[in-house]
Amino acid sequence: MAHDTTLTDAHGHDDHHHESPVVFGFWVYLMTDCIIFGTLFAVFAVLHDQFAGGPTGKELFEIGGLAAETALLLVSSITYGFGMIAAHKQEVNKVIMWLGVTFLLGAGFLGLEINEFRHLIADGAGPDRSAFLSAFFTLVSTHGLHVSFGLLWIVTLMVQLSGTTEIPERMMNKLTCLSLFWHFLDIVWICVFTFVYLASMM
Amino acid sequence: MLGRLSLEALPLDVPILVGTFIGVAIVGIAVLGLITYYGKWGYLWKEWLISVDHKRLAVMYVVLALVALFRGFADAIMMRTQLALAYNGNPGYLPPHHYDQIFSAHGTIMIFFLAMAFMTGLFNLVVPLQIGARDVAFPFLNNFSFWMTAVGFILVNVSLFIGEFSQCGWLAYPPLSEAQFSPGVGVDYYLVALQIAGVGTLLTGVNFFVTIIKMRAPGMGLMKMPVFTWTALCASILIMVAFPVLTVALALLGLDRYLGMHFFTNDGGGNQMLYLSLIWSWGHPEVYILILPAFGVFSEVVPAFSRKPLFGYTAMVYATCAILVLSLVVWVHHFFTMGAGPDVNAFFGIMTMIISIPTGVKLFNWMLTIYKGRVEYHSTMYWAIGFMITFTIGGMTGVMMAIPAADFVLHNSLFLIAHFHNVIIGGVYFGYVCGMNFWFPKAFGFKLNETWGKAAFWFWCIGFYFAFTPLYVLGFEGMTRRMNHYSNPDWYPWLLVAEVGAVMILLGIVCQLTQLYVSIRDRNLPQNVDVTGDPWDARALEWSTSSPPPVYNFAIIPHVHELDAFYHNKENGIDTRSAGGPYAPVHMPKNTSAGIFCGLFSLILGFALVWHIWWAAALGLVGLIATVIARSADKDIDYYIPAEEVARIENEHSRKLMAQAAE
Repeated sequence: MAHDTTLTDAHGHDDHHHESPVVFGFWVYLMTDCIIFGTLFAVFAVLHDQFAGGPTGKELFEIGGLAAETALLLVSSITYGFGMIAAHKQEVNKVIMWLGVTFLLGAGFLGLEINEFRHLIADGAGPDRSAFLSAFFTLVSTHGLHVSFGLLWIVTLMVQLSGTTEIPERMMNKLTCLSLFWHFLDIVWICVFTFVYLASMM
Repeated sequence: MLGRLSLEALPLDVPILVGTFIGVAIVGIAVLGLITYYGKWGYLWKEWLISVDHKRLAVMYVVLALVALFRGFADAIMMRTQLALAYNGNPGYLPPHHYDQIFSAHGTIMIFFLAMAFMTGLFNLVVPLQIGARDVAFPFLNNFSFWMTAVGFILVNVSLFIGEFSQCGWLAYPPLSEAQFSPGVGVDYYLVALQIAGVGTLLTGVNFFVTIIKMRAPGMGLMKMPVFTWTALCASILIMVAFPVLTVALALLGLDRYLGMHFFTNDGGGNQMLYLSLIWSWGHPEVYILILPAFGVFSEVVPAFSRKPLFGYTAMVYATCAILVLSLVVWVHHFFTMGAGPDVNAFFGIMTMIISIPTGVKLFNWMLTIYKGRVEYHSTMYWAIGFMITFTIGGMTGVMMAIPAADFVLHNSLFLIAHFHNVIIGGVYFGYVCGMNFWFPKAFGFKLNETWGKAAFWFWCIGFYFAFTPLYVLGFEGMTRRMNHYSNPDWYPWLLVAEVGAVMILLGIVCQLTQLYVSIRDRNLPQNVDVTGDPWDARALEWSTSSPPPVYNFAIIPHVHELDAFYHNKENGIDTRSAGGPYAPVHMPKNTSAGIFCGLFSLILGFALVWHIWWAAALGLVGLIATVIARSADKDIDYYIPAEEVARIENEHSRKLMAQAAE
């Protein structure tokens, strides 16, 4: 597995070579993140019936809000994809526009999630009520924290892109990494939706 | 305003701590004063603290590890002394509150900050050089990881003088570690320090995995990689698999403590056994993360000093990979007594015994490398042979405990303590010190003193047997771990012998320090200087460059044709350096202070979280994020070393080589 790039570019921020370890490295990092989520899913599986006399998932979760959350997040993946197409065409303004749309959809998702949490806590079903709710809140809000971090990242890249006319390789790598991150969160959400919400409601 | 922090947090009523603080303060002021006196602050900052050069970071990691060794060993000898005194009504000199902190800190420091930092130091020094790369894949992250590790260690030591450390053992089992039973800041220090250091370790794992996969010199296929690099690769994979689980386990315990959740509490449906499974799903791979690179060191040292290629390279690689996989399916052997049932225990018992097979393969490979070799009894070989004997004994006592029925008797007894010190000192520590003696000239350009190195080995090795063989006996006699005092007259003589062993190990450490001092003093003597960069006539690529290597490591990236690339070239008269050029400009990363500022803000964040100073925690978090964003916007991150400068450095090295050859 020889790499001619190592001859001149050992650091992944060169601008005239195609192969950079940044995207691969970030993907590997995401897999470690995947293990964090996998562990949290396992914890939820162990504690999912430890209600300690408190409310169960069936009593708490409502499909309506969840469907809206899921729709927002899935669509935001598509809009990010449009942003990447624009990036490959070096259309900076379109990239910023699609990043903005993605941000709004992601923020909408987060708003709905915070609203759901607010209602649960107000009804006395906070994370300190039972082991089931501890596991539920921790898993879902770990995903939510990732989305918040993604939003911050989107804003950062929008600011860094504004006023430029082309997308150099280093910026392209950042957009690609964020793209991996954002789609990854979508996949995690599908698992949350299926194994946490749907399974609890059945 | 200051959360839980008040003057009462200062342990002014504990004379040992006050004395330690005064000692640390005097040494600290002396060091800072010397740096100021010699005007070295600028040099220290520019050349070391903000450096992204893997060779510099390697040295800083090993210095951190040695400081951790002193702290961790001070804890150890205090425990041994307590148990040599606290017999038959004598309470000893350490009250339980203090004693419990000491054994918790000892384990935490030795594993996370001695062993892990030492290992990362060796990775940093050796891996890029062995694969013919100019740096790691992500040089800034490398510096960032170092500061995360350092901040974790600083927090553990801050707990010595402000507040207290955990009293729940090195893995902080709940429910004892829950807020209900440990309301103080000790467990919080433990959690926060390990989370911050864990970020550094995880990113180190990612960094070295990507470095080894993506940045090997042309021609170096996976099966032409030196074995140390193989073990670094496997350890990196294990880090990436295991450390996220540790992060989750510690985070959930933290949520229990900070937000009143019920993961591991007695009430609310919590499940302590879940914590045990999580922490050991990390903990068992962790011991292989530590031992695999030690195996890698021996696989470099034994061939070099036996003047033979490694016996069974392929078997060695497959054995390493087999251990990598098996280490993920043995964790339940740490709690056979939990009551998972005979089927589960039998599975994990058998898997544990199976893991001794690839380990045995490795031992036979090293022995057959020595067999019919022209062995030079260099101090590194002392450590290697000492390891082979000691580690085998430790491995066999491990297999004894892998039998669930036997483990029901031995669980949490001193037999267990003897076993894991047998493999961790006899395996990991001997291995890393062996590696330090082997690669020291590569890092600094001069050799370590042999006489003091051998003396250190004998004190460590004999001291080890004196300190830990009695613990096997005590385990059979029913003495449990973490005991503060006792009244059984049968135990007393054995604990006195163990104390003698601890003192011998102390002398071993003194010899190591003397070795460093003498070697630095005599660094310019002709027999100590490493002019060629290849002082041992060794085999892998790191020896083909000068000692210490230039900042870019290789002026011209070598092409690899065979295993043991450098040795192959030497035998066939090929100049691995391609001396004389033509040279091209070398593209290098620039140093950056972003890493140390991230560390500073993490320190504020961590300290504030421990003491519930929420505004400072917010400040630390915002500062951390702002630093990362500022770094991401920084466009001035790399530079080119001109071809003329490369030629000048290379020609100077060639001149030195010729001058020595002429003598």
